[in-house]
This record gives sequence, structure tokens and C-alpha cells, in this order.
Amino acid sequence: MLADLSTVEEFVPIQQKELLALLSTGVREDGRKFDEYRKVEIQTSIYEKANGSAMVKIGNTVAVAGVKAELGEPFPDTPNEGVLTVSLELLPHASPSFEPGPPDENAVEMSRIVDRGLRESKSIKTSELCVLPGKKVWVIYVDIYAMDHDGNIVDASGIAALAALLTAKIPEVKVEGEDVVLLESTRGIPMAERPVPVTVAKIGDYLVVDPSLSEENVADVRVTMTTLESGIVSSIQKSGSGTLEEPDVLKIYDLAYEKGKEIRSLLAKLG
Amino acid sequence: MCLSESIVLITQDGVRLDGRRIDELRPVKMQVGVLKNCSGSAYIEQGKTKILVAVQGPREAHPKHIALPGRAILRTRYHMAPFSTDERKSPAPSRREVELSKVIREALEPALFLEEYPKTVIDVFIEVLQADAGTRSAGITAASIALAEAGIPMRDLVTAVAVGKVGGKVVLDLNEAEDEHGEADMPIAMMPSLNKITLLQLNGRLTRQELEEGVNLVKKGIKELYSLQKQALRARFSGAQVEV
Repeated sequence: MLADLSTVEEFVPIQQKELLALLSTGVREDGRKFDEYRKVEIQTSIYEKANGSAMVKIGNTVAVAGVKAELGEPFPDTPNEGVLTVSLELLPHASPSFEPGPPDENAVEMSRIVDRGLRESKSIKTSELCVLPGKKVWVIYVDIYAMDHDGNIVDASGIAALAALLTAKIPEVKVEGEDVVLLESTRGIPMAERPVPVTVAKIGDYLVVDPSLSEENVADVRVTMTTLESGIVSSIQKSGSGTLEEPDVLKIYDLAYEKGKEIRSLLAKLG
Repeated sequence: MCLSESIVLITQDGVRLDGRRIDELRPVKMQVGVLKNCSGSAYIEQGKTKILVAVQGPREAHPKHIALPGRAILRTRYHMAPFSTDERKSPAPSRREVELSKVIREALEPALFLEEYPKTVIDVFIEVLQADAGTRSAGITAASIALAEAGIPMRDLVTAVAVGKVGGKVVLDLNEAEDEHGEADMPIAMMPSLNKITLLQLNGRLTRQELEEGVNLVKKGIKELYSLQKQALRARFSGAQVEV
């Protein structure tokens, strides 16, 4: 395979110029409208050994999420609440620019965006994951793999995490004194919200939703906003060395909320 | 158990725990040129938050292969001292520090004419000596005047402060108690004269209207901090050096 030159810094201005010329005619490289999301496909329960799992495709971008639940100790400051741990790994399978080993700053940032979206929205009712106050709670691990990178890994990861959580099953438990017995029967993870991240890229003066890889490579800025059904925004992250105009903030919010609704309706079909 | 319900963070008359109004900054002190062995340096206190920033460079890039032919590389390191928090923080960089170092770099970069210094690196070291909320924004505010002292040409200063939601109200410049028990924290950095946003993050829950209110309120704080930044730079270069 030839070296990927698309991210070489010297080429970016040339590519950006080409893409901007196209955007000025009102079209995106792949024919989409500025506010058009790529086709989103969601499959759930794809791995039997996980408590919950999902694969999300946004165009050619693929992310999978696996949920594992274990009984563990609560944090001392929240003795009656379950624990949520979210992590995102950029597999070397996904892109020649991803390398195995400790996560770089991009991986750390994306992982924390997805984590914040789930956590700050209080999407999981952690109080209902308490088994023995102060001693035993459910620890929910959400591990996300970015498997194929064609732009917008953050949204794919966030949607995969949410789909896996929504369809996960954890054992019911019986508490006998200090002992916890796992039962055969299962229940879902109690969810209060469905936070959906939507990323908008700014290229020149244009805002485009769900950027493809080539758009991401030349974008000045990306903004991910996670919104809830009620219209509340539960996390925002600007990423990239460009700038935003003040009115962009609400324009991006409106796009994120509208697209978030569309994606939430796909999730609703999962049951 | 849940402290946010037992503490009144803001009274009916809009007075906060530390006596401030909703649109008031904490007391701020800034000083430029506090270190001798750096190209530029600054110290900032914002409430109980205390931060020391050093700029090294432009200097030769090491390792050499990271150098770019067309511009300088900006590197930022946001780091919290082990003694800066209630419980000792491990000195190893946390994931939070890795992320903040990145977003801070991306907040400062748009202001710098990096193309003036090809093949070099400019290092910005932000050391949080005491953390009481708002450390990334105070770090940016101080880093930008340290970069100015280093003589690096800039389009504008970068000024940052957080807005948030506390006790149901949108407020300026959260302190630690408000950050911990409030409903939302939204740090924003701007190039004030150019009216451009260079950092935008949100943790917490805001409605569309509160988002709008927050962006409007933050400008008041940024305007005040911007004039303090310029004052600190003037003090540095008018010969009226003050002690550390």
C-alpha cells in the first residue's frame, strides 16, 4: 500500500483549497448536503461473551463497543453508586496512522469525549447498580474499538457505546447477609438518558455535519456536541487548531440536536 | 450523601458562596517576566488557583525529525503539581492532563505566527501549583502573556475563563466548590479583539438558552481579563518590575 499522504502537513492547504472550491458550490465531496449525516447502521448483541455489544457503521467508519459488568468496590465518595469506565482504542486495523501501544493524545481525547457524553448526562442510573452499599456495586466497563477510519470516529464510538449499554444484560443478584449470589435471570442496565454525540467540522466558513476522513483532514476545527432527548447538551469539545465564530456555537448545537434526534430514533428500534 | 442538595451554592439574591455576584470574576493577579531562565514567563492567581507558566524557545527542535520545514511546532504541557490538590496527585501525567495539554495547544496556536520560525519548537509549560477550578483557562490566560513576553508575534492575546451552571443559574468563573457541586462547567478561550473562539468545552448539562447565556456572559469575564493581561505586559515592559 502506498504511504498515506493525505495527512502530510504540506498537502493540507492544497486539499483544503480543492474542497473549499467544491463546498462553495454547495456540494460535498461525497455528494452529501452540508447537514446530511451518512447512513448509520447499528447491530447489537454481536459478541455473546460480552454483557452487551454493538457495531456501528457510519458510512465506511466502523466502531464496536463491548460492555462487561463485574461486581467490584464502589468509590469511597460514592458508596451507593455503580461505577462506569469508558475507554476507546484506535486499532491499527483502522488506519495506517494508528499505532499499537499506549494511546496518543488523539485517542485519549476521543475516549474522554465519549466518556463525558455518557457520564455528564447521567445516562446510567448508577444508584440502581448498588448491590451492597459501600461494599459491592456493579462496575460497568465499556470498551470501544475503532476498527475502520473514514472520519468521525467519535460519533461512531459514542453511538456504539450507547447501543451496547442499551441492550446489555447483567445478572440479577440475591444478597444473603454479606454474600452476593448471581442468579440465572438477567436484567438491563438502568438508563435514564440516551446521549448522542454529533460532530460538526468547520472548513473555511462552512459547517458540515459528520465529516468524512478527507473533510476531517482539512478541517480547521471539529466540534462534538452530545445532546439528550430533552434538548440538553451534556458535553462539548472543540478539537483542532482553528477558531469558531460566536454564532457557530448555536448553529452547531442546532445541527447536533437535530441529527441526534435522527440517531436516537434508530436506537429506539433496538428496543 | 449528595452535597449539592445540602449546600446552597447561590442565594435567592444571586450571591454566591464566596460573596460574588453571578457575573463576577474571582480576584485575579497576573505578573509577566517572573523567571530568568525562560524566553517568557507569567504567574497568575485567580481565586485560590495558582499557576506558573514558562515559555522556552523558539529553539531547535529535538528530536530533529519532528521539525517542520514551514513553521514552528508548538508544544504545551499542562501539569498539576502533586501538592496542588486536596489529595496528592500522582506526578505522572493523567489522561486528563494529556487531553488538556492538547486543547490548550489548540487554543493558543491560532494566535501565533508560527510560520515565522520554521524548523523550531516553542515549548509552553503550564504548572498548576494550586488547583481551585478554572486551571485550564487561567493557564491559557497566563501562557498567552508569557508567549507575548517571549516576543513571539501574535494576532491577539488569548484569554480564557469558564462559565457554568450553579444552583440553576449561569455564572462566571466557577471556584472549586461550584465546579464540584454545580450542574455544568464550560471553559471558553477567545482572541478578544478578533472575537474568535479558540477553546470550547462543556462538562455538565445546559439547555440551548443556557448555552447562549453562557457564551454571552463569558465575554464580560474575558474582557476584564484581557485588560488585566495588557496591564501585566505593560508593567513588565515599562521597567516597573515587581518582585515575584
